Amino acid sequence: MKRLTYPFTAEAVREFKVGDMVLITGKLFTGRDAVHKHIHDGNRPPVDLKNQIIYHCGPVTLKDKKTGKWKVTAAGPTTSIREEPYQHEVIRDYGIVGVIGKGGMGQKTLDACKQYGCVYLHAVGGAAQVLAEKITSVDGLYWDEFGLPEAIWELSVVDFPVVVTMDAHGNSLHKEVEEHSKEVLKTVI
Amino acid sequence: MTKKVAAKKVAKKKILAKKKSPKDQTIDSLIELIRITSTVVPEDVQRVLRDSMKNEVKDTTASYAMGIIKDNIDLAKIKSQPLCQDTGTVIFFVYHPPGFRQNDFKDLIKKSVTKATQAGYLRQNSVNSLTGENAGTNLGEGHPSIHFYEHKGKEIEVKLVLKGGGCENVSAQYSLPDTTLGAGRDLEGVRKVVIDSVHKAQGKGCGPGALGVCVGGDRADSAYYAKKQLLRKLDDKNPHSELNKLEKEIVETCNKLGIGPMGFGGKTTLLSCKITSANRVPASFFVSISYMCWAFRRQGIVLDKNLKIKKWLY
Ligand code: SF4
Repeated sequence: MKRLTYPFTAEAVREFKVGDMVLITGKLFTGRDAVHKHIHDGNRPPVDLKNQIIYHCGPVTLKDKKTGKWKVTAAGPTTSIREEPYQHEVIRDYGIVGVIGKGGMGQKTLDACKQYGCVYLHAVGGAAQVLAEKITSVDGLYWDEFGLPEAIWELSVVDFPVVVTMDAHGNSLHKEVEEHSKEVLKTVI
Repeated sequence: MTKKVAAKKVAKKKILAKKKSPKDQTIDSLIELIRITSTVVPEDVQRVLRDSMKNEVKDTTASYAMGIIKDNIDLAKIKSQPLCQDTGTVIFFVYHPPGFRQNDFKDLIKKSVTKATQAGYLRQNSVNSLTGENAGTNLGEGHPSIHFYEHKGKEIEVKLVLKGGGCENVSAQYSLPDTTLGAGRDLEGVRKVVIDSVHKAQGKGCGPGALGVCVGGDRADSAYYAKKQLLRKLDDKNPHSELNKLEKEIVETCNKLGIGPMGFGGKTTLLSCKITSANRVPASFFVSISYMCWAFRRQGIVLDKNLKIKKWLY
C-alpha cells in the first residue's frame, strides 16, 4: 500500500506505476462532463488546479438545515472515458497531477500523463458508501449553476482508496489487461 | 372525563392510526421493498462474492477491490443508504391472481417510487430522452418499468430489479451467425458470443458481473427475457441440462480471461450466467446478454391479505 499526501506534486505522482494501490489524504476537486467541457471551451476554472487532483464524480449531497453545511452521502466514480475529448488539454493547461475515475481513459490522456506528470487513479465503481466515508469535509462549491452533481466540489479526504491504472510513464493497466485477455480469448473461442 | 374513558379514547385512536387504508399499506410495503433492494445485496449474490474473494491472491489489486466491495455492502446495509449512487432503471415484476386491477396497482407503484426517491433510496435518475429534463420523481414515459403476470396463486408477489447504467451500457445483442467470431447458429455459437461480450465489457460494467442470457426471440423479447434471467437465484439449477452445463462452462471460461474485479486483472470476472431460450423465426437467431454489475440489486416480496410484507423472496 502506498500513500499520496497533500500537497501533491508531479514528482510524487511520477513515482507511481500501474498496479500500485494508493491511499490519498488531502484535497480533491470533483469535475465531470459539464466542468470539463466548460474549461475546454476556454473558461478559466474558478479555482487554481495546479498540482491538484480532479475526481470524476457526481456526488449525492445534503445540506444540513441548521448549520448550512454540506455533507456528501454517496460519492462513487463515474465513467471517465466521456472526458477523453477534454482531459489532455485540461491536464496540460492547468497542471493537474491526478485524475480519479472509473473505467480508464484513452491514448490522448495517457500521453498527457507522461508529458506533464499526471496519473490516472481508478476508484472502485459502485463503492459509493465506502468512498463517501473517506470524505471528512466539504470545503467549497463552485460552478453550481451546472447542477449539484455537475458542480465542482472541494473535498477533504483521508485514506481515499484508489489503484493506479495509468501512470506517468506511458503504461496503462487497462491496455495490459485488455491485451492479455484477448490472447486468452483466442484460445477459448 | 374519567381516566378510564380517556385511556379508552387514546387506545381507540391508536388502533385507528395503526389500521391503514389498503392503498397506504401497499405503498408502505412497496417503499420497504425499494429500500431493501437499493441498500442490501441479496444473500445468494453475497455468498458468491464472498467465495470469489477467497480465490483472489492476497495483496493484489483484485483482492483490494473485492475488499472494498465487501466493505461497501456492509456499510450500505448499516447506514440504510444506496449501495451505489446510480440506483438504475427501476424494474418491477408483479405476479397477481385473476381479477386483479393492474392500473390501480400501477398508480401505487408510481407513488411508492416518488416517495422512495424523496427519502433518498433512489437517486433522481429519470431523464426525458428528447428534452434532457429530469423531473426528479423517477416517473416518466416507460419509467418505472412495470411487468404484470397473472399466476394461479392467491397472493400478490412483487419482484424488483435496479439495473445500473454502466452495466446496461456493456450489455449486448448478437445476431448469429457471426463470422468474425466464427459463431454459428448453435449452442457453441452462443458460448462464443457470450464470452466475447464479457471480454468486450472488460471492467467497464463494474465487474465482477452476472449475466442473464436469452437465445432466440425477436430483438425486443430477446433482450427482455435475458434481463428476466437476473431474477434467478445464483445457486439455482437450470432445468434444461444442456443450458445448465453451458452456464457453468461460461462462468469457468470467463474467469480464465484475467479481467478481474473492475478490470484490474484477477480471477473473478464473472459471478454467474443464467440462460433461457425463446422461439425465433427461421430467418433470425439473436443472442441477448444482460450484464449486471457486482451491485446486483434484486429483491422480492409476497404480500399478505392485509397487504403487509409476509415474506422476502431472496
Ligand atoms: S455499473 Fe453498477 S456499480 Fe457500477 S456505477 Fe453503475 S450501478 Fe453502480
